[in-house]
Amino acid sequence: MDSSVDIADVTLTYHGGSGDVLALRGTSLSVRRGEFAAVVGPSGCGKSSLMKLVTGLVPPDSGKIVIFGNKVAGPVKIAGMAFQNANLLPWRKVVDNVLLPLEIVEPHRRQFRAKKAEFRAQAEALLATVGLAGFGDRYPWELSGGMQQRTSLCRALIHEPALLMLDEPFAALDAFTREELWCVLRDLWQRIGFTVILVTHDLREAAFLADRIHVMSARPGRIVMSKEVDLPRPRDLDVCFTPRFTEILHELRAKIAEVRQA
Amino acid sequence: MSNLTEKLAPWLFTIGIFAIWEAACRGFNVDKFVLPPPSDAFAEMAKHWRPLLRHSFVTLWTTMAGFALAIVFGVVLGLVVGWSRTIYRGLYPVMVGFNSIPKVAVVPILIMWFGIGEIPAILTAFLISFFPIVVNVATGLATMEPELEDVLRALGAKKLDIMLKVGIPRTQPYLFGSLKVAITLAFVGTIVSETVGANAGLGYLIALAGSSFQMPLVFAALILLAVEGIAMYAVFAYVEVRFTHWAFRSSMSAAA
Repeated sequence: MDSSVDIADVTLTYHGGSGDVLALRGTSLSVRRGEFAAVVGPSGCGKSSLMKLVTGLVPPDSGKIVIFGNKVAGPVKIAGMAFQNANLLPWRKVVDNVLLPLEIVEPHRRQFRAKKAEFRAQAEALLATVGLAGFGDRYPWELSGGMQQRTSLCRALIHEPALLMLDEPFAALDAFTREELWCVLRDLWQRIGFTVILVTHDLREAAFLADRIHVMSARPGRIVMSKEVDLPRPRDLDVCFTPRFTEILHELRAKIAEVRQA
Repeated sequence: MSNLTEKLAPWLFTIGIFAIWEAACRGFNVDKFVLPPPSDAFAEMAKHWRPLLRHSFVTLWTTMAGFALAIVFGVVLGLVVGWSRTIYRGLYPVMVGFNSIPKVAVVPILIMWFGIGEIPAILTAFLISFFPIVVNVATGLATMEPELEDVLRALGAKKLDIMLKVGIPRTQPYLFGSLKVAITLAFVGTIVSETVGANAGLGYLIALAGSSFQMPLVFAALILLAVEGIAMYAVFAYVEVRFTHWAFRSSMSAAA
């Protein structure tokens, strides 16, 4: 009973105008409570479909998804999500963007007016932990891409979700900013201890951050390999230059090359 | 210096156009029944300022009344159409068809129903100007980022939450952008109706003066009409900047 996400033999088809597309077939995946899981695979393999299934936005054709002991049947209401685009609301200040989930998720929603000052302080504190102290009253368009993505992470975490779903959140950033944000995410995860599923196509990102890496096949996607990352924690960026790290990358790369051929 | 030039530019260009017009009329000795020089039009304006003011006011208020109806109706219909794909698919062809009907063809019907007067003018202004508002409001809702919707739905947001928190605010630049287009159309509607059948308004005055070959009066009325159009456009351009300053700074730009 120590698992937070259990996907068992799930199949998903998209019905589109140009015919049906089988996105996932017989996919199974299990994530332990508090684990940092990464899903990697060739593009168009259904990684994002996996995100929608886990959060209950899309029901599977067959198979079962269980989150924290409850079968998923409709939007899960507890997940925080962040995507490649920060998707901040340009008419709201940064802090109000971060507060958005509290205006929707119960029980915060009912208390929102009464506890607004308290929530604001919480949001400012969270912004400070990602290096955005004092930026709360700015508008999103005044921030750089990296800062917007930090804000997006804060928005995904403000309601203290048990599950954080990340869909290539750092893909649009430059290399230095990306590594900086890896560390921001690592620190948040170590401090708060939520469960993470990170979808990415950056193997270094996956190996640096994750406890376990799941490799998906080309469409229709399924998990073809689950690799435990045995690098010691806490991890520093220097770990990316160790032989063991390189070894893991080689192994993942070889597997992905293999499934792309197939 | 360059800033000042930029500020004065609209005035300089307007005066320039009137100067060219005046010079052309005098230089080529144009018949006053064909094209009177602007000086004649302005002289006529000074001479008949009282009736001109009265007719201008009638046109202005009927246009604004029709436009107010168009905003209310357009926003409501736009939200409904943007809300549901089924309604969108069902209603859109009907609206396009309706919009394709030249409004001048509808005016006689309106006059038969409501008689000669202000009501057909108000309704024509409304009919001609609500369409761009509907389309823009619906577009604002329809172009919502699907990922943002996912973020909210994964938090348990209902459709109404998504509309209130994201849909309606993000529609604002589209709405205000469309108002600028729609207000000029509303004037077209009023004038069309006043020309066909009315007993007051600039359109009525133009038709009347035209039929008695008082060309300077016709042009005086046209100039006043242009002034009204520019003034109302400026009002809504100001409202747009005022309410959606964020849309001018962020990457999200307003449509039309």
